[in-house]
Amino acid sequence: MTDIQDFGTSKSGAGFRVESLDGVTRLVAEGNWTVRVAARLDADLRALDLGRPPEVAIDGRAITKLDSAGAWLIIRTRRDLETHGVRVTDVRLPDLYAPLIHTIEQEHKAPPVEVPRDRGLIRILENLGEGTIDALRQGYRMLGYLGRFAIELLEAIFQPRGNLRLAALFTQIEEIGINALPIVGLLAFLIGIVMAYQGADQLRRFSAEIFTINLLGVGILRELGGLVTAIIVAGRSGSAFTAQIGTMKVNDEIDALQTIGINTFDVLVLPRVLGLIIALPLLTFYADVMGMIGGAVMCYFDLGITAPAFMRQLHDAISLNTFWVGIIKAPVFAAVIGLVGCFEGLQVERNAASVGKLTTRSVVESVFLVIVLDAGFSIIFSILGI
Amino acid sequence: MASGAREVVIKVRGLVNIMGGRLIHDHLDLDVYRGEVLGVVGGSGSGKSVLLHSIVGLNTPREGQIEVFGEDSRPHRERPENSVQMRWGVLFQEGGLFSSQTVAENIQVPLREYTKMSQELMNEITAMKLSMVGLPEESATKYPSELSGGMKKRAGLARALAADPELLFLDEPTAGLDPISANQFDELVRDLQKSLNLTVFMVTHDLDTLRAATDRIAVLVNRKLKVGTIDELRRDPDPWIQEYFSGARGRAALGT
Repeated sequence: MTDIQDFGTSKSGAGFRVESLDGVTRLVAEGNWTVRVAARLDADLRALDLGRPPEVAIDGRAITKLDSAGAWLIIRTRRDLETHGVRVTDVRLPDLYAPLIHTIEQEHKAPPVEVPRDRGLIRILENLGEGTIDALRQGYRMLGYLGRFAIELLEAIFQPRGNLRLAALFTQIEEIGINALPIVGLLAFLIGIVMAYQGADQLRRFSAEIFTINLLGVGILRELGGLVTAIIVAGRSGSAFTAQIGTMKVNDEIDALQTIGINTFDVLVLPRVLGLIIALPLLTFYADVMGMIGGAVMCYFDLGITAPAFMRQLHDAISLNTFWVGIIKAPVFAAVIGLVGCFEGLQVERNAASVGKLTTRSVVESVFLVIVLDAGFSIIFSILGI
Repeated sequence: MASGAREVVIKVRGLVNIMGGRLIHDHLDLDVYRGEVLGVVGGSGSGKSVLLHSIVGLNTPREGQIEVFGEDSRPHRERPENSVQMRWGVLFQEGGLFSSQTVAENIQVPLREYTKMSQELMNEITAMKLSMVGLPEESATKYPSELSGGMKKRAGLARALAADPELLFLDEPTAGLDPISANQFDELVRDLQKSLNLTVFMVTHDLDTLRAATDRIAVLVNRKLKVGTIDELRRDPDPWIQEYFSGARGRAALGT
C-alpha cells in the first residue's frame, strides 16, 4: 500500500512529502530548506496530520540546502512527533549539515520566546500605578534638584571659591542670547506688524486708529514681547540643554566628571541657568524694540502715522511701569526654562531614545510653565494695581 | 592556500578612501573567499572600520570597486528580491541594537522584513538564536539599555544571524569582553562558520581571536593591505607587523 501526500515538492524547490509504505510512514524532505521558504514550510508542517502512526522516519537526504531556520523546522517536527508519542526511528540528512544540527540540538532546548502582548484591564491598572509612582518620584527628584540648585547658587554668590565658571557662563550667554538675535528679532518684528494691522482694522470702526499705538505699546511691552521670547528660547535653548546634558549622560561624561571630582552642577547647570537668566531679559528688551519697529512700520504704511507722531503717541500711551512689568517676568521665565531643561537632561537614561523623549518633555513642560507663570503674573499685577 | 578555485564573496579593487583630507586607503585590493574567516587588524585610526563600512556600503569610497556576491553593495532605494543586504549580517562595535525594541524584537527585525513567517515561528527561531549565541532566555524581553556590554554584543550577533546570512561582518566582536566570554565568542564564530558554512569578515585586535578563529589575516599598514596566514605575516619584514606579532602580547598569544 502506497499513499503519498505532497507538500510543495513539485511546485517549487523546497517541500516535503509523506509516504506510507507498508505501515512505515516516511517524511521525505527535499530542496532548499532555507529561511526564505521557512514561512510556507512552517505552515505546511503545522497543518500536517499524520494520523498517529507508531513510527515515522524523516528522510532529508534530498535536501540541497539547509540553514538554521530549515534545520530548526526539522528538529521541531521531530520533537513535536515525539511529544505526541510517535517514535521517530531515523532522521537522515546529508553529512554536510551534521555540525549545524549538532549545534542547534546541543545548544537549544529552551521553549520558544514569547513576545508579550499588552492587553486587558490589568495592563491599564499597571500603567496607572506605574504612572503615579513615576510622577511622585519625579516630584521628589525635582524637589531635591531645586534644593541642590539653591544651595549651589547661594554658595556661588556668597562663598565664591571659583565654583562659578565664568568662561562657561559667557559661552552660554553667547549661545542663548547673541545667537538667538536673528530669530527673536524677526519674530518680534512680525508680531508687531500683525498686531498693528489687526488693531488698526478694528479701531478704524471707531475712528480711533491712533490707539493702535496704545495697543502695540501695552500688548508688546507688557505681554507678547516677553512671552514670545521665552517660548522661542524654551524651544531653542531649553531643548538644547536637555539634549546636551542627556547625551553626556549616555556617553558616561557625567560619570567621568564626577570621578574626576568636578561638581556637575557647577559646570553644567549653573552656567546654563545663570546664562539664561542674564540673556533672556536682554533678549526680551531687544524683542520689545523690534516689535515696536514692526508696529511703527505697519502704522506708517497702513495708517500714515509717521515715526515722530508714533513716538509721541507711544510716550503718552505707556509708562515706564509697562516696560518693567514685561521685563521683570523674563528672569523668572529664564529660571524655569533653564531649570527644567537641565533637570530633564539629568533624568536621561542610558539610551538614545530617552534623550529624544526627555527633550520633548522639557520643551513642553517649560512652555507650559511659562504660560502658567505669565497668567499668574497678570493676576498678581492686577491685584497690586500695576 | 589552494584558494584559486574558490568562490570570491567580497571583491575589493583599487579602493581609495580619504577622510578629513587624510588618505586612509591607497588602492587596496582584497578577495575574501567563501567559507573563510578573515581577520582585519591595524593600528588605531588605520581605517579598519572604514574598510568594513565601505564594503557594507555605508561609506562611498573616493575610488575603486567593491563587489559583494558579485553585486554593488551600496544601499538601494528599492530593494531587489535577492539583495545582498539579506545575505549578510553585520555586528557593530556597540551592538547597534535598536534601543526602543526588546532583544527579541531586535532579532525579529530581519525576519519580519524579509520573510512572511508567522509570529510563532519567529519566536521559536529567536529562542534558537539566543541559545546559539549563549544568551539566557529571559534576556529576550529586555531592552538593550538593560544589558551589559557583552550581552549587547551577543544580542547584536543574534540579530546579525537571524536571517541566516551567508556572510558575517564583525566589528571588534571581542573588545570589552572578559577572556572567558571572548574565548566562547571565538568558539562560537568557529562553530557557526563550520555549521553554517559562513564567510566571516572580522575586524579585531584580539590576538587570541586571530589565532583561534581566523583562517587568514589582512593587516592594514601604511594605507595598504597585506594578507596572509599568521605564519606568513610573521615573516613579513614590515616593522609594524613585526611589532604586532612579535611584541610581548603577540608572543604570549601565539605561543612562541
